[in-house]
Amino acid sequence: MTLIEAVLLTVTTAATPLLLAALGELVVERSGVLNLGVEGMIVMGAAIAFVAAKMTGNPYFGALLGALAGCAFSLLFGFLTLTLVTNQVATGLALTILGLGLSGMIGESYVGEPGVQLEPISFPFLSELPLVGPLLFAQDIIFYLSIAAVIGVSWFLFRSRLGLQLRAIGDSHGSAHALGISVIKTRYCAVMFGGLCAGLAGAQLSLVYTPQWVENMSAGRGWIALALVVFASWRPLRVLAGAYLFGAVTIGQLHAQALGIAIPSQFLSALPYLATIVVLVIISRNRRLTLMNTPASLGQPFVPDR
Amino acid sequence: MKKTLLALAAVAAFSFAASAAQAATKVCFVYVGPKNDGGWSEAHDIGRQEIENHFGDKVETVFLENVSEGPDAERAIERLARSGCNLIFTTSFGFMEPTLKVAKKFPDVKFEHATGYKTAPNVTNYNSRFYQGRYIQGQIAGKMSEVGVAGYIASFPIPEVVMGINSFLLGAQSVNPDFQLKVVWVNTWADAGKEADAAKALIDQGVDILTQHTDTTAPMQIAAERGIKAFGQALDMIEAGPETQLTAIIDSWGPYYIKRTQAVMDGTWESQSTWDGLVDGILTMAPYTNMPDDVMKMAMETEAKITNGEFEPFTGPITKQDGSEWLKEGEVADDGSLLSMNFYIKGVDDQLPQ
Repeated sequence: MTLIEAVLLTVTTAATPLLLAALGELVVERSGVLNLGVEGMIVMGAAIAFVAAKMTGNPYFGALLGALAGCAFSLLFGFLTLTLVTNQVATGLALTILGLGLSGMIGESYVGEPGVQLEPISFPFLSELPLVGPLLFAQDIIFYLSIAAVIGVSWFLFRSRLGLQLRAIGDSHGSAHALGISVIKTRYCAVMFGGLCAGLAGAQLSLVYTPQWVENMSAGRGWIALALVVFASWRPLRVLAGAYLFGAVTIGQLHAQALGIAIPSQFLSALPYLATIVVLVIISRNRRLTLMNTPASLGQPFVPDR
Repeated sequence: MKKTLLALAAVAAFSFAASAAQAATKVCFVYVGPKNDGGWSEAHDIGRQEIENHFGDKVETVFLENVSEGPDAERAIERLARSGCNLIFTTSFGFMEPTLKVAKKFPDVKFEHATGYKTAPNVTNYNSRFYQGRYIQGQIAGKMSEVGVAGYIASFPIPEVVMGINSFLLGAQSVNPDFQLKVVWVNTWADAGKEADAAKALIDQGVDILTQHTDTTAPMQIAAERGIKAFGQALDMIEAGPETQLTAIIDSWGPYYIKRTQAVMDGTWESQSTWDGLVDGILTMAPYTNMPDDVMKMAMETEAKITNGEFEPFTGPITKQDGSEWLKEGEVADDGSLLSMNFYIKGVDDQLPQ
């Protein structure tokens, strides 16, 4: 394996959880809901996936349960914000704090224990190709799912009737409701999809990235995912690009350090976040671009008149 | 008559119980992480259990886990002091100021703070000479590495960590003068993902031996996956890499905790500032594994030499990274300059973050 191949492989591992979590949140936000609990859902997914994989010895079962855990957790968010109409920002933050605590409790007796790893799946012939082979055709199932999800979400949002309805709700839930589209039901589905993706992102952390459980192992990736959604101005393909760019900067700074390049490591660690801010500034400078993509009723509660 | 007897018996029983309760020394702990974190806090908790095993009914131990280093710490320590603790160990650098503040209010309670530098009439500070173990690791790396370059995953650029890097390299250079070290700073104590990324980056750049000054077993796992050797940190990490771990630095606070508890029981406890090492058993090495016999023999000899005081890792001649002389031939570094160390020695392939 050449150095380039090795570096690119680590970039995909670093980018996949960000991509999944951000893609899920993108769908949630497109429906007009702001769920700041991504971090909590990821960490719950990571804990449940690890424990389930460890107990059954089957990492696939672990990944499934991790995704479902994220989904269940998002359902709690959905019930609070959509049915009981609580404040979305506060509820999302509470969900993160709850998730960090609860996952710590669930994983308590598993700290430091060697885990079960999701092994790569190779495609015959294709995985032998130079460079693209190991990169695209000899990866774990969550990587393939993340790529499939980008294609699926793009198609769903911009090519399907349901996707159009979802975007309509995000832009103006009042009008969509008047047209007879079920706002609450659609938003429930979007929120649950977001939870499923975040849970799977967590499973990737504890089954692929580092097959072990450590308290708080999401380590801020949920917040990066939230930034990525804005960074990508709510477009799935840009989320893909953003996640990989972010992964590349993260891995790149470690390599720069190992090469002995004399830049302060703290600055290098901050680089991915600086990149986000720069892109946010560029996007916000273009008012037309911002307005075109931001879901207009993002974060606003919807109470249908009965 | 019967009643009186009963009453007397009750009084006797009560006073016996009371005296027993009085005799039990209450020893309390404040941990920064969960008590089973597989690293730093768990090492302290093992020390607490050793106190219980050693003294049995004569002590009662209490601990608070997951106490953050902010304002919570002062409340937590004060709560313990109020609850009748005779001796309180606060086990993280950031607990230093809160410990001193609470100690002022409770002059009869004895306090011990780990890895700080301030003392008071009823506050001791204690620390462990981790760098002694890192020197031994360095020597092993010097023998085991085929390319002559090791990777070092470092947390924060504080003297303790810089000291460890230098000591590791000194050990390696003692058997291979051209040995080099690649350092990656991750700016965290525990982020499994980032530590794993750093490990991968270092391995991809050709190091064939890995060591860490961070808390999770992720680097050990990556080393195992890629088939290279590595060293554990704070606790024996052999489970994470049965064929990977060469040895590990183990924090063994137990003997020290027993000694200090005994001092409180005897009424001989006095405030001090201590920095124990291999010789005191506060620092121990995990079994030397996965290496040839001659390397194991060398490691054991060095360990014995440091333990019986024959040798100190920071003994001159030592040259700084910029080429200037730090220690002359035979000169041994004093504790003050070790505890404020902010420079690399020759051979580190990195710029120290300032």
